[in-house]
Amino acid sequence: MTLVQNFPFAAIMMCLAGGVTCVVLRPRAARAFAVLLNAVIAGMMTAVLLFTIRTGESYVYLMGHFPAPWGNEIRIGPLEALMALMFSLVTTVILAGGMQNICEDVEPDKTKLYSAVICLMTASLLALTFTNDLFTAYVFVEINTLTSCALVMLRYRSGMALSASIRYLIMSLLGSGLFLIGVVILYNITGHLLMEPIGAAVRNLAATGEYAFPLTITLGLFAVGLALKSALWPFSSWLPDAHASATTASSGILSGLVLKGYIILLIKIIYRMIGPEVVAAEGVLNVLFGLGTGAIIAGSLYALREKDSKRMLAYSSIAQIGYIFAGIGLGTETGMICACIQILAHAVTKPMLFCAAGNMASEAGGHRFDQLRGMGRRRPLLGIAFAAGALSMIGIPLFAGFATKYFLCKAAIGAAGWKGIVALAAVVVSTVLNALYYLPAIQILFDREPDTKTGQAAGRGSVLAAAAIAVFLVLQFGLGFFFSRIAEIIRTGLNTLA
Amino acid sequence: MKQKHDGQRTLRTAYRIMSVAVCLTLITVLLIVVSWMPQFGGGENPAENEVYKRYVESGTSEGGAVNTVADMILDYRAFDTLGESNVLFTAACIVLILLRADKDPKDGRLLIPELQAEPLHGKKDSILRGTAMILLPAGLLFGVCIVLNGHLSAGGGFSGGAIIGAALILFAMAYGPEKLERTLNRKTWSWLVWSALLVYTLLKTYSFYTGANGIESIIPLGEPGRILSGGMILPLNICVGVVVACTMYAFYALFSKGGIGSGGK
Repeated sequence: MTLVQNFPFAAIMMCLAGGVTCVVLRPRAARAFAVLLNAVIAGMMTAVLLFTIRTGESYVYLMGHFPAPWGNEIRIGPLEALMALMFSLVTTVILAGGMQNICEDVEPDKTKLYSAVICLMTASLLALTFTNDLFTAYVFVEINTLTSCALVMLRYRSGMALSASIRYLIMSLLGSGLFLIGVVILYNITGHLLMEPIGAAVRNLAATGEYAFPLTITLGLFAVGLALKSALWPFSSWLPDAHASATTASSGILSGLVLKGYIILLIKIIYRMIGPEVVAAEGVLNVLFGLGTGAIIAGSLYALREKDSKRMLAYSSIAQIGYIFAGIGLGTETGMICACIQILAHAVTKPMLFCAAGNMASEAGGHRFDQLRGMGRRRPLLGIAFAAGALSMIGIPLFAGFATKYFLCKAAIGAAGWKGIVALAAVVVSTVLNALYYLPAIQILFDREPDTKTGQAAGRGSVLAAAAIAVFLVLQFGLGFFFSRIAEIIRTGLNTLA
Repeated sequence: MKQKHDGQRTLRTAYRIMSVAVCLTLITVLLIVVSWMPQFGGGENPAENEVYKRYVESGTSEGGAVNTVADMILDYRAFDTLGESNVLFTAACIVLILLRADKDPKDGRLLIPELQAEPLHGKKDSILRGTAMILLPAGLLFGVCIVLNGHLSAGGGFSGGAIIGAALILFAMAYGPEKLERTLNRKTWSWLVWSALLVYTLLKTYSFYTGANGIESIIPLGEPGRILSGGMILPLNICVGVVVACTMYAFYALFSKGGIGSGGK
């Protein structure tokens, strides 16, 4: 086994050890430590990604001296490595970009707890991506649930953040509970927790018709449980408050990454455990597709009415999650590629939007649009970043968001029956709706500002924010230009997944 | 105005009826699923497969501990347990975030004034103190015994740690947390949890690394049944015990008085 192959395991252990270490460090050191740790992990994941692309297949890494199904193991392929790279890279950049807001929003001596929570969050996202075992997945779902609620409520003395995080906690725990019941039922009827043996047993059960009813219910529990946690409309009522009331870095991580961790788990469950053909036969895909297209329209309609920049971005997340589920729901390979591309596109775009909006808001004194008027002129880089993100969400070519729409249309044309037409209609309607709320936002930002405002000295935080924005823009256009190359990696990844 | 009010009331009633209906449906569906499940403990169940057989038959010889549960959670499926210990740590962090007795940076007053009121503990309750004097040494020793014998008999880090934590809470209730905080103050607490979890993570890192790369572990399994046996299981149990005891005490301290004191005056 080469050194690179050890990196995924090392990254998870480093995050777990780093999370504990943050608690005993000084707040300032802890903040720097969390950023550096994520940056190092991003570097390691790049190496893993290059390695898996070169070999073109996935490998199994034993977590201990015993092979699965007795011991634990993790499994790393191109898709997993790509997603892990995205998680750690975006965390690094958004932490740097939101650092000024973290210092403003979180009590000074609690910023080290913030860093600890961030490290544990990265550990859970990596483990969810790499796990090959359903129970390991559940353990890290627990860590993910707790840490994501903590990220919301760390906002300094904000009553809104507290009530939002309680709602988030209840909905998220309901999702975990349904998922756990699903795991228990599946263990009872297959006798395994490891993904491959479950997959073999489920195909066998589906062929013989044994335990047909529990199998259907399990699928439903997994789908609803994970949809609750990844805010698929209409299970998304908790999202706007939670994402809008958190601090900038938290909003970026919650919308860009946390929701995606559960979707990746769902994709793994569909491909590796249940089998795409069984899932399609059970009709779960149709439900996911229907809710996904509903989310695309509903999220945009909600966002249209919003006067607050962060809440508008949060509602837009509901629509963007809809694209992912619509892609999965189409049930074709192109649809799945669309879903994975959208996971990446949204992960590089939405945190950038939150970063730009959050930094402008801290200067303007609030994040309602009437307070942000003219901020794009005063802080051109942030304004440009917001505009770029907005254009990407609308789906203009050369921006990352275009890749999603391109693959969704491609998948829709290839899909048989009513789904293709519905998907095409949803793309057209939502593009118009997105333009309707994002273009006025850009216009307000670049409006002539009233002269009454006094300029604030740019601190070190804004230098970090500028650097973060620059990296986000590079990622944005990188994905927008080279999406067909990345789609190839995803295709290889999906093939090795099955 | 009144109409709007009525509309809201109708909506609320409809919402309540809906939520009850959804709950009842879910309960019914899950009960039907249970009736489909294989009979509990049946010999032909899907769960009666090679996985459990190997745990039962070769747990002691492969893991080194007589207690097969200890083999399973700290050796075979140690990654899950490592995650589970970090769940505890995460929970403790979150309670710290929520409830620590923060002082206003400007005038040094507590942000939550109720915490300044006289706490429940610290009253000279002779019955409580007398009972605690008898129970405490026994409780602490029993907890330590369960942690140290985790690989030999039923129990282990989680259960032993919970007993130690309960004993610490009893001590704080009977004699006041100030007495306890002379030794277990906030700083000691942080360092204890940090070192326990770090040792745990490092030991498992070594075990995972050697396991995955096919290197023979240098830690001997020892002779099953002896106190110094079971490879890493004994030190791991001690680490888990420390984490669990500290977390339990922290929960008590945080919820009752907003934080673990710094010890000094």
